Amino acid sequence: MERREFLRRGALLAGGTLLSTSVAFAHADTRRPRFVLVILRGALDGLASVPPLGDPDYAGLRRELALHAAGEAAGALPLDGFFGLHPSLSFLHDRYGARELVVLHALASPYRERSHFDGQDVLENGSARPHALQTGWLNRALAAAPARGALEAGVSVGQNMPLVMRGPASVTSWSPSKLVALDEETLARVTELYAGDALLASRLADALAADAIASGEEGEALMRMPQEAAPGARGKARYTDVVRAAAAFLRPDEGPKVAVFDTSGWDTHANEGGAQGQLAGRLAELDAGLSMLRQELGPVWKDTAVLLLTEFGRTAAINGTRGTDHGTATAAFLLGGAVAGGRVMVDWPGLSRRALYQGRDLAPTLDVRSVLKGVLAEHLTVPSRALELEVFPDSAAARALRGLTRI
Amino acid sequence: MPASIASAIAANRFGLGARPGELALIGGDAHEWLRAQLRAPAPALAAPGLRSSAQILAQALELRRESRAQREAQSAGSAGAPEDTVQRLPQYLRPIYTLEVTARLQHAVSTERPFLERLTQFWANHFAISIDKLFITGLAGSFEREAIRPHVLGHFSDMLLAVETHPAMQLYLDNYLSVGPHSPAAQRRVRRDKPRIGINENLAREILELHTLGVGGGYTQQDVTIFAEVLSGWSIAGEGGRFGGGDPGRFLFRPELHEPGHKVMLGRRYPDEGFAQGVAVLRDLAAQPATAHFVATKLTRHFIADEPPPQAVARLAEAFARNGGHLPSVYAALIDAREAWLEPLAKYKTPTDYVVSSFRGLSVPIEADRAALAPFELLGQRTWQPGSPAGWPDRSADWDGASALLKRIRWADAVGARLGNRRDALQLAPQLLGANLRAATGETVMHAASAAQALTLLLASPEFMRR
Repeated sequence: MERREFLRRGALLAGGTLLSTSVAFAHADTRRPRFVLVILRGALDGLASVPPLGDPDYAGLRRELALHAAGEAAGALPLDGFFGLHPSLSFLHDRYGARELVVLHALASPYRERSHFDGQDVLENGSARPHALQTGWLNRALAAAPARGALEAGVSVGQNMPLVMRGPASVTSWSPSKLVALDEETLARVTELYAGDALLASRLADALAADAIASGEEGEALMRMPQEAAPGARGKARYTDVVRAAAAFLRPDEGPKVAVFDTSGWDTHANEGGAQGQLAGRLAELDAGLSMLRQELGPVWKDTAVLLLTEFGRTAAINGTRGTDHGTATAAFLLGGAVAGGRVMVDWPGLSRRALYQGRDLAPTLDVRSVLKGVLAEHLTVPSRALELEVFPDSAAARALRGLTRI
Repeated sequence: MPASIASAIAANRFGLGARPGELALIGGDAHEWLRAQLRAPAPALAAPGLRSSAQILAQALELRRESRAQREAQSAGSAGAPEDTVQRLPQYLRPIYTLEVTARLQHAVSTERPFLERLTQFWANHFAISIDKLFITGLAGSFEREAIRPHVLGHFSDMLLAVETHPAMQLYLDNYLSVGPHSPAAQRRVRRDKPRIGINENLAREILELHTLGVGGGYTQQDVTIFAEVLSGWSIAGEGGRFGGGDPGRFLFRPELHEPGHKVMLGRRYPDEGFAQGVAVLRDLAAQPATAHFVATKLTRHFIADEPPPQAVARLAEAFARNGGHLPSVYAALIDAREAWLEPLAKYKTPTDYVVSSFRGLSVPIEADRAALAPFELLGQRTWQPGSPAGWPDRSADWDGASALLKRIRWADAVGARLGNRRDALQLAPQLLGANLRAATGETVMHAASAAQALTLLLASPEFMRR
């Protein structure tokens, strides 16, 4: 077997020296961790978001879309000398400097085909196969984590529940509405109508509980939210609604401690662009949204970890229409005041033809479940036993990546 | 099974929700009411102002060209393009979208062949395009009218070919730009030392995964790549440069962009016949057992249960295979499926189902105005915006979120407030729900505090949330 080039940046996989159990209890009573999961649906191009500028094969594969080195005009933002950050991601770069961002690369879920929909299913169900489980890893983790009461678990910012949040733990969904609330009397009768219907009764109760938080003091911002954009609307305001809502739920100590939201538009098959263009625009919107999230979270940012994940990556080489097709490994970001950041964590497989997965994609060297196990165990204090048995069944080979967050 | 349950299932499960008088019309033979809807040819959707996709697209391409030229001229002088130039294309496309959505909605609310219309919506969602791409805003309606409706009572293979050669699908899944790496056009660029051009595999993959075989249907990455080469040169007319020529706004096969040579895909050899090579592959895909199974599974999930009973799937797949993809034969097997008539309320309504069935039940007139779009946007299912080529999902868990439910109830409350004094909920309840109406709902509606509240409670009832 060819000896791969190992670039050790920061702590590496299992066995990393950052593992520390002695400090795990230091703030157990006062610290209230918050966790935000952002799912980037459509397969984010990891090689465009976090270009490996130092890899000798990068520029040839990316041709006219290759980003210039840091320091050059429209160049990538510098990370560690080998990797750069897409120039649209200036807030993330700023947080990298503040040691609040871990960049993960060459990472993939256990899924090895190239269907978005099955890929997202695996990313969310937490098993190694599509449709193997009907619940999501984050919900199962919440069910296993110590909780203080109903609804303290989590909220999905959106009308419906993504798979990752479905399951036994009590979670709810919330989205801004310009529809008027019902009067108490009508609401009581609707509740009565649902008395014999377990599904509708529990959904309605969850919705009203979430609404109570949203209409409280913290929720005032939610009520002032701009309404949904018109079809075809574009612009940096894309994340305003969801980010404000997520922050309003997470800020109070009594509310949900986990928030999830979705983003789409990452499926860049044609005219993807380089330092400018389609993907650059999307990344700039995302970056602005994350900056707003930090602002809105205010004092609880220091207790927050935000994880950005996508279902898989894109081809190493650009295709014939200046875009990229479905690939395998990609990049991910862990961001927040609670993150032990300022590092790129990667076991870089290289981009030579022999190193590519099936001769076309960045090869995976890090299982996303290793990252998830580490964050869930250390940040949300989910017991390891539950992580192995219920949250990520049959994942023993993916050992927890420790030390990603500050305990 | 009592006839009253069968009629309620026919109108609400197979149809789009009962209109007043519909259950009585169905009477004792629900099966026959459904079969009769499949006999006459499918009608075209007619409304003043609807235009062909070729006309719409030709004008859109022209507008884009003008805007670009203007922008280039202006940016030579000053920085940035003026807002009116950027906005001109959306301003042209959005009214077309409104017109198409309202025409479709008017038809859905008033049609006396609601089973046929549900099937039309099913197929439009199977071959989903999404208005996330600006041009699709203007083309989604004409795509459905031109590629879906004419074939709903025809053969699957004809619908497949109409869909994949439609400019909207070519645009949506990027194939119109795809170029064979050994095509004359690509080779010319190599000789002139220009940046290489080549294939884009988006459409090829989604045809295999979402339109025909399904994700476990036995194809490999190699098949995807070869299929993309087969489809290279399938394009649209009206773009400039190497995509020039042809009749603007229409599908165009461009031999100079097509990857030459015979291709071996899914174990079969396809000789070098240009456009006909792709047609042959599509015909073969339509005839594969995996395609029959995939289509049967989706139909069964849509009409019977979230977890499709395997026996019913097998019977539909067999009807598909035995009749060469003749769709009315498949629908006949669906009507005959015992499982479809067992559980009266097995499916949770999508927001579209919910709004359309409310409008049908309350005989709400639809204006051809942007306001008619609002309920779908408020309740989370903007028409023709599933956001991905997989289309809208079709399981309860995808739609029964807490926030989604509360919005439905609030919307029902607004409808009650608007129409309460002009509709009699107590008299409508049995007409809309028939044998599905529970005694508890009847009681609650009867004892409502006002006519408006009675209507709200009827629409918010558990049996009206499902079909």
